[in-house]
Order: sequence, then structure tokens, then C-alpha cells
Amino acid sequence: MMNWSRRHFLKNSAKALAAAAVPAAAYELLTPEILAAVRKGKGPRWAWVIDATKCVGCGMCVQACKRENEIPWETTASRTWVERYVVTTDGRVLIDSPNAARDGYTKNNPMGEQVPAEQIAKGFFVPKVCNHCENPPCVQVCPVGASHVTDEGVVLVDRSWCIGCGYCLQACPFGTRFFHPVHKTAEKCTFCYHRITKGMNPACVDACAFGVRKWGDIRDPNSEVSRIVRTERVTVLKEEYGTKPHAFYIGLDRIVR
Amino acid sequence: MPVHGEIWTIKELFVYPNENIVWSIQIVLYPYLTGLVAGAFVLSSLSHVFGKEELKPVTPFALVFSLALLLAAPLPLLFHLQQPQRNIHVLFTPHFTSAIAAFGVVFSVYAAIVASEVWFTYRQHIVESALSLRKAEGLPARLKGLLYRVLTLGSYDVSEKALKLDERVATVLAGVGIPVACFLHGYVGFIFGSVKANALWMTPLMPVIFIMSAVVSGIALCLFTYIVIMEIRVIFKRPSPWGPERGHPSAMPQRETDIQIIRIIAKYLVFFMILALSLELLDLVFHSYTAKKPYEILQTIIFDRFAFNIFGLQYGLGMALPFLLLLLPSLSIRRAFVASILILFGVFMMRWNVVIGGQAFSLTFSGYMNYQLPIIPHDLDTFKEGLAGFLLLLLLPFGLLWLFSRFLPLFPKKEKLSPLG
Ligand code: SF4
Ligand code: SF4
Repeated sequence: MMNWSRRHFLKNSAKALAAAAVPAAAYELLTPEILAAVRKGKGPRWAWVIDATKCVGCGMCVQACKRENEIPWETTASRTWVERYVVTTDGRVLIDSPNAARDGYTKNNPMGEQVPAEQIAKGFFVPKVCNHCENPPCVQVCPVGASHVTDEGVVLVDRSWCIGCGYCLQACPFGTRFFHPVHKTAEKCTFCYHRITKGMNPACVDACAFGVRKWGDIRDPNSEVSRIVRTERVTVLKEEYGTKPHAFYIGLDRIVR
Repeated sequence: MPVHGEIWTIKELFVYPNENIVWSIQIVLYPYLTGLVAGAFVLSSLSHVFGKEELKPVTPFALVFSLALLLAAPLPLLFHLQQPQRNIHVLFTPHFTSAIAAFGVVFSVYAAIVASEVWFTYRQHIVESALSLRKAEGLPARLKGLLYRVLTLGSYDVSEKALKLDERVATVLAGVGIPVACFLHGYVGFIFGSVKANALWMTPLMPVIFIMSAVVSGIALCLFTYIVIMEIRVIFKRPSPWGPERGHPSAMPQRETDIQIIRIIAKYLVFFMILALSLELLDLVFHSYTAKKPYEILQTIIFDRFAFNIFGLQYGLGMALPFLLLLLPSLSIRRAFVASILILFGVFMMRWNVVIGGQAFSLTFSGYMNYQLPIIPHDLDTFKEGLAGFLLLLLLPFGLLWLFSRFLPLFPKKEKLSPLG
């Protein structure tokens, strides 16, 4: 009896050691993003790649999103928006996003201020979406489970179940959520779930003429997004909140909010 | 077409397009009311649990007030929901990673405890009233008798032994109730303290801070209401303003006793105020000492935009001044009365500064949101979450207290004392 159990113990320990050794080796080879991707098993895990260097601030994505997802045109809130950043030569930072950039940036008037071209040190646009976080606080705080995550990592709200408490609006560090003015429930970017599940692109992706927005399966090593995340220098917004955002940005500046 | 919150939010500098002050005046009121519930209950329990005999005369009153406040407490939450008719989902499909989901459970447990303690405390009165009104004439008296008969729940045993048991059960309930009351209110603090996106809210101290200020406000409210009722007694010169003794010849009210009790309550008040203040200051010091990334904007909120609110109204008028008023020797009823009002105001400002102050800066840390309370309602939102809805729910507990006092004497006469009164 004694012997058996000792042998049993040794055998099991050896097995456990071997099992531990394999992932330890794997960690050295794979990036955390890829590991996070394989962790949850099979099927796609959708993610964004947003190349901010290419954005011209035309606002076509915002218009497309509003039409596609029936967010009233006059509403200032939007599921996606584009921010304008202007840094002047004397170091001032001007940021705005009037009407969520629905009408595009056609004038040189950041924050309503005329800045002469020669006083602009740098300027750029940053499109924003829901990051479809891996660890979404918005879902964690929903008291009724109306906010939920699909198997593909898409964070959605069940309009028929949301009680409209606004807790998720408080919990999202990225300010992506608002109350739908008509439905009176929490509203957010759905990755155009109704489109992507039919094999189409999200509306904003199709609307962008400059290829700023890319989306795809981060678990598939051959997809464009996973190739970019693996081989290029990308970053995410507000990593310090630990939400593990799944919108990877190319060309963000440290002043981006 | 404005989204929810846009009507009362004025944005400054860079704020995300979807950001608005979505938690408004009702969410200021909600922790305020639950705090009063907890505080009133703690006061009512002190005499049972810690044997504070001197507080006995106010025990039933504080308990009934706690029940009245308790019934009103969920209403602000209901008023602020965008889909209030779905509130029951919180009970049916609670999602337990959410602090709000615990509400249904904690609240029901607590309500059951308070209601049963009220019942055990007043059982003798209920039974006696039911018996004396059995052969009453006239509809109102008959209805009253019926109500008392229902309230007896079929138990008419008022023997010495049964009353002893009542007292024991009430004591146990009071004991169990204290941690539950603290939990009820502590978890309200947790709702805020656990929002990691909000730099002002996120601190593990939040639940404890909430509990302490809850106890302070609850005791202050009892003091306030006690004095008001006592003064009414003096004015009408009868022992209990609404009690069943209505028609009896009056006895001169005993002001002496009153001031004694007031001084004792004031002592507890000062003690809890010190605790509350130390915790709040600790939190403030920590924010500024660790000065993490959001501190730059927090600083502008605390020391500039909300400086008057925080240091002038909350701490100055609502804390320091009443502290002095209560501590200066030979406390008078009038001084205690003023102090209790100031404290109630101060704790309300604390809730305001937490809830509105926490939403006064943007998640961008580069912009501000200013709150404008809707005064004149012009649609459902501006009624529910405006001054009108706020006042309605603020005054509701007093209405309920009045209603309850018609059946349960808040300050039973000496010879008619229930086992606990
Ligand atoms: S970006 Fe905000 S709304 Fe989207 S998943 Fe993350 S926390 Fe939730
Ligand atoms: S607003 Fe709706 S989705 Fe958001 S936390 Fe409340 S119930 Fe959940």
C-alpha cells in the first residue's frame, strides 16, 4: 500500500512536471496576444487593428455606423468616433471630437480655435471603437447579465433585458457606452455582430476609404490582424486598467486619451 | 435627440462624445437614504446589544424610523433606471459579479430583520390594541382593529414568559441586524469603490467611509426628528402626538429627560464623526501623496472646482461647525437641533461630492462635466431625476414615519412600555 502510493505519487509528479514544462517553453516562443487567443480554445476571436497613421478624419465610418446601427443622426453620441489631436509649436495640446466626428474634420479649428498651419507641430486623428476587452469590466458590473460576451469575444448588450442602470457606462474606462435615445438601454459598438456573423465586414470597415480599420480572427495565425499584431509595433489604449483591450493600434502617440 | 444625461451635463474641454453625467441626483439620494437606514438601525440597536440603557427611550422610535427609511431607500434607484419596469430582473437574473446584483438579497434580508424586530418590539402593543378595539364602534376604529388583528399574526400570548421571549428575540435581531446594516451600506460604498474606471471612487476605503458617514447621518436624523417630535409634544401638551392616548388629559412634557437623552446621543454622534472624518481625510491624503496619473485632474476637482463643496459645505458647515456646537459645554436643545441639521446637510454634501464630483471630470483626464440639476420638470427624465423627484423621495420617509406612528407609538408612555421601550 505504502509502496504503491509512493510510486503513484512519483509518477504523478513526473507527469505534472512534464505538463508544466511544455507551456513554460511555449511562453518563450509565443506573444501574449497569441497565447491569450489559443487559451480559449477553438473558433474565431475577433479583434481590431486600427492604423491611426492612415486616418484622415473624414468621418465616413461614423456616418456608416450611425446609419447601419440606427443611432439617430442628431444624437451627439456614437458607437464609433474619431478624435482630433493637435499639438502646437508651443506645446499646447488641443483635442476634440465634435458630434463624434460625424461630419468629418474639414476646418482647421481644433476646440473651436484657429491654429495657423505654421504653429502646428503635429496633428493626427484617432478612431475609437469598443475594444471588446478580454476582461470587460462593463460585463462584470452588469447586475442582470444584459451585458455579455460571445464566444468570439464580442461584447454585446441584450436590449430586451437591460434595466438601464448605467453601471456599465461608469465601468468602461474608454467611454464607449451610452444610453440609446430611443431604446433607453445601454448602447455600444457590437462589431456589427449582425453583419460579421453573415460573413460581412463591420459597416465602418467598409466605409473607410483608407484602410484604417482592419478586423479579423486573432486566433488564426494567418489572418491579417494576427500577422500585424505579431510582426509590427502595436499598442492598446489604457492598458493599465487591466481590461485586455482587443483593439490594437498602429501609430498612437503618448498624448492619446 | 439627446442621450440620457445630456440635458443636465455641460461639457468643458475634451470629453469623450458618449460621456455624460448618467448618475444624477437620485444616485446621490440612494446612498444617503440607505445610510440613514443603517444609522437609525445602529442607534436603535445600541441599547439592546451594547446594553446602553440610557438610549432605551429612543430605541423603538429609531427602529420604526429605520423601517420607514428602508421602505423608501430602493425608490431612488428605481427612479434612476432607464427601464424601471424591469427592476425585477435584478432579483430574477442576478449577475453576481455585479455589486448591484447583491442588492435584492441584502435588501430583502435586512428588511426582514427590521420588520420582525419592529413586530417583536411592538407585539404587546399590537395585541392590546387588537383586544381593546375588538368591540369598537364606527368604521375607522373597526378598520384599525382589523389592522391590529392582522398585525398580531394570530399570536395573542402576552404572558410574562412570552414577553421575555419577545425581548430576547428582538435583542438577537438587533445584534444580527448591525452587521447586516453595515453590510447593506458597505456594499453601497463598494458599488462606487470598485469602479476602477473612476479615479475618485476607486478606493478600498470607500465601503468603510460610507458606513461611518451612514452611522453619523442616521444618528443625526434621529436626533433631529426626536427634537421635532418632542417640541410638537410641548406645543400640544400631550404625551404622544399621535398615539392612541390622543383624548387623554395632558401631562406636562418632561423637558429634563429630553435634554439628557439628547446629550447622550450627541456623545455618540461626536464619536462616529471623528471616525468618519479620519477615514475621509486618510483617503484624501492618500490620493495626493501617491499622486498617480489621474491625480492631476483630481486635484483640480478637489481643490478647485469642488473645493467650496468639499471644504466649505461638507467639512466646514457639515462637520467642523456641528462638532463645535455639540462639544461646547452645556448643550441645549436648540444647539443640538442646529447641529443635527448641519450634520445631515454635511453628509448629504459628502454623497453629492462623491457621486457628482466623481463624474465631474472626464475619462480623458482632459475635460470636465458640470452638473445642472433640472429644477422645473418638462419630461419624465427631468421629473424623475430633477428637484421634484428628489424632494418627493426625500420627504417620503417622513410621511411613512407619520403613517406608522398612527399605529405604533414612537415614544410609549412609561406605564405602557413594551418590553423594550
Ligand atoms: S471597451 Fe468598454 S464597453 Fe467595450 S468591452 Fe471594453 S470595457 Fe466594455
Ligand atoms: S445599463 Fe443595462 S447593460 Fe449596463 S449594467 Fe445596467 S443593466 Fe447592464
